[in-house]
Amino acid sequence: MQIIYSDLLCIGAGLAGERVAVEAAKAGFNVTCLSIVPPRRSHSSAAQGGMQAALGNAIMGDGDCPDIHFADTVKGSDWGCDQEVARIFADTAPIVMREVAHWGVPWNRVEAGVHTYYKGGKPFDAEEKRDKHGLIHARAFGGTAKWRTCYTADGTGRSVLNTLDSMCLRYEVGIHDRTQAEALIHDGENCLGAIVRCLKTGELKAYLATATLIATGGYGRIYRATTNAVICDGGGQIAALDTGLVPMGNMEAIQFHPTGTVPTDILVTEGCRGDGGTLLDVNEYRFMPDYEPEKAELASRDVVSRRMQEHIRKGLGVKSPYGDHLWLDIRHLGEKHITTKLREVYDICTNFLGVNPIHDLIPVRPTQHYSMGGIRTNKDGAAYGLKGLFSAGESACWDMHGFNRLGGNSLAETVVAGRYVGKKIVEFLQGHTVDFKQSAINDAHTKVAARIMEMTKSSSKQESAIQLRDEMHSTMMDNVGIFRNGKDLQAAVDKLDELIDRSKSIKLQGTAIGFNPEISLALRIPGMLKLAQCTAYGALMRTESRGAHTREDFPERNDKEWLNRTLAYWKDGETRPELKYEETTPYFEIPPGERGYGGGKIIAADIPEEKLQVPGKGTDKKKAKQTKKAS
Amino acid sequence: MSRRLHIEVFRYNPLDPNSEPHMQSFYVNEYDSMTLFIALNLIRDEQDPTVQFDFCCRAGICGSCGMVINGRPGLACHTQTKDLPDHIVLHPLPVFKLIGDLSVDTGTWFRDAGARIEAWVHNDHDDFDASAEEVRMENDLANDIFELDRCIECGCCVSACGTARMREDFLGATSIARIARFYLDPRDERNEENYYQVIGNDQGVFGCMGLLGCEDVCPKHIPLQDQLGIMRRMLAIHSVKGILPKRVLDKLKHKGCCHESH
Repeated sequence: MQIIYSDLLCIGAGLAGERVAVEAAKAGFNVTCLSIVPPRRSHSSAAQGGMQAALGNAIMGDGDCPDIHFADTVKGSDWGCDQEVARIFADTAPIVMREVAHWGVPWNRVEAGVHTYYKGGKPFDAEEKRDKHGLIHARAFGGTAKWRTCYTADGTGRSVLNTLDSMCLRYEVGIHDRTQAEALIHDGENCLGAIVRCLKTGELKAYLATATLIATGGYGRIYRATTNAVICDGGGQIAALDTGLVPMGNMEAIQFHPTGTVPTDILVTEGCRGDGGTLLDVNEYRFMPDYEPEKAELASRDVVSRRMQEHIRKGLGVKSPYGDHLWLDIRHLGEKHITTKLREVYDICTNFLGVNPIHDLIPVRPTQHYSMGGIRTNKDGAAYGLKGLFSAGESACWDMHGFNRLGGNSLAETVVAGRYVGKKIVEFLQGHTVDFKQSAINDAHTKVAARIMEMTKSSSKQESAIQLRDEMHSTMMDNVGIFRNGKDLQAAVDKLDELIDRSKSIKLQGTAIGFNPEISLALRIPGMLKLAQCTAYGALMRTESRGAHTREDFPERNDKEWLNRTLAYWKDGETRPELKYEETTPYFEIPPGERGYGGGKIIAADIPEEKLQVPGKGTDKKKAKQTKKAS
Repeated sequence: MSRRLHIEVFRYNPLDPNSEPHMQSFYVNEYDSMTLFIALNLIRDEQDPTVQFDFCCRAGICGSCGMVINGRPGLACHTQTKDLPDHIVLHPLPVFKLIGDLSVDTGTWFRDAGARIEAWVHNDHDDFDASAEEVRMENDLANDIFELDRCIECGCCVSACGTARMREDFLGATSIARIARFYLDPRDERNEENYYQVIGNDQGVFGCMGLLGCEDVCPKHIPLQDQLGIMRRMLAIHSVKGILPKRVLDKLKHKGCCHESH
């Protein structure tokens, strides 16, 4: 078996993986990035909208600062985030945006003078300041007090990824594309790298590294209707969970995006609504202001998705062969705006739907979009349970998003966390050596090789990976969607128990020498079922509604009992995850309160006085008083 | 009345000594809004799990699924079957190394091209001051740079290129547009001589025969033809600048498109 050594192994080469790689390579370390696809095809490239950072250059972002960004993020998370992490994020985001600008990102810039913008579909004029001319501009996104989302037309992910990939080229980061990490190599204490399958030849190789980063994005593919790319199958989370040592955080926190298109589930950006697009029902009536008078279409994603589903349930959706949907209307933005600032949207509508958004309404419905949960790390990005293992970006539960993330915050997280965690990894590499134990390498290799051998050769097995995937999809769509309840979740958990059991008997249908795409799916399905079970079981046990997790049978946000984070461990040989809980945040800079949108009752917590202090900043008496009043 | 599609797929597994390149027929029932992404996945799920092809974003944004569709390079994910006859023939993109069936290795090709043209902003990257305001830029310029940053590296333009079919080391329209992106960018400190070193040769702009198949097939409609023209003009002028009078040089010296007035 070929063995490849690096100081840092990045599993995943999207925005987070490449940003970490650049940081370590700049510090002189030898870095290898693994990627299922060439890095520029990573799902980061599909992010259209933008990155939130409180630069405050745009007139509609005038007076913005990290404090306001932090407050929006905490509210957006429904107080489910780690406030120390959210603070690090909000404070560093502006610096990171400028840094990538220095490296080549062509951010859209402020143009001094009067411009016509839209809010809630209505035009208004605003004058951009002369002294801000040429600085990074921002657009509106949901759940924010200020216009704060930095963007490059509607290809932000593309342009930032191109820039980071060019930096990887410049700093000679080793890119090994068409590779899939199948298992982590570890000795029970230290992570030592990964057993990797080459997707060109099918060969298994060992990649050894002093530090290993998982940055493989989300696990949206456990749902059938998802905006996620085909490769977002949770490979990184599965490798971590399979160690039995590393827990997943808040797997039940799944975000549905309000505007997935019908029937292809391709996302159209929140920028549509940010720029003034509206949501209409079967009667072409704009319904969101009735539910959310203040924020309307620009309430946070969980709220808009829920209101849309609620409206469809009232029978006011548009009937179609692919199920009920609603309309997104951007016609009033005009041809110029749609074909420049929203060009990807225009392309998607014309190429995939046969709809021209300049003249026609776009069919949309809430679609699985983002995993707030993932590999639980501390604020340095270090995974719980194994030394030398890190995670950043969507694959991680770092946890600045809690139970709902704001649009533009996750794309920003990739590079902000990438930079921050990258620096922590550099510190780790500078002070750390590790022994690569032959037995650990062999153990990991044997496990993967044995699985492939069994599904190829064994005559007693007969389950089809495709069939199991389809049944998982139906279960997750029907029972673990936007609105959840105990009965449905229990049914999902029971069904997933069965599927997990059956997944031990997967047999390949066809044979091929070298690389066989069927093996990729067959190797992934048992792990995806485990992630699905962590999601369903975590959702069943969490008897409250918070952010994107909405229980019809427990509609209150229960801070008294559930102001915590779910940790799901999966011990070898077990059929279900073991759930543990930890405190949401080490302290509350902003004590739990009303979000100001979404409605819903809150069962207040009794938070001890010392938890309301920011360490090093002393007591914030005013805030402490507010909480008492609220409770 | 829905059609029954006859989809012919090129099959060859280079790792299997018994595999011979051949075409294999599959039949699929067409339904509304069907794309080649949907049709090929149906084939893999229901008829032959070993067929190799690449999809990732399936939204025309990542560039994974370039293939030759009825003789023309294009993205399979945003090709709707209703726009095609009921007999569809699929081949892998030429020029790139075949991995198997419809899957080709574009990653290695584009990384190699990127390294040859040093496709990054040449400045002192460590000279970043975290406390300083960003260097200002005109919004129109930012848009012009982004226009060229939109390339998804699908490889369609390279596959449709006459020169690339004849000489392995030709950088293709995609690389020239990529260099043009840095040429436009004031943050890149390279001068004309530096650019001349990387693309002022037959592997670069002077290898182009002007057939412009690249522009015809680009799924993102990137103005490849203009960029070839702009870069070729810039490098041609650079190579004769000792001969032409300064007055003429100044008149010819601008970075934009030749159709614009300057």
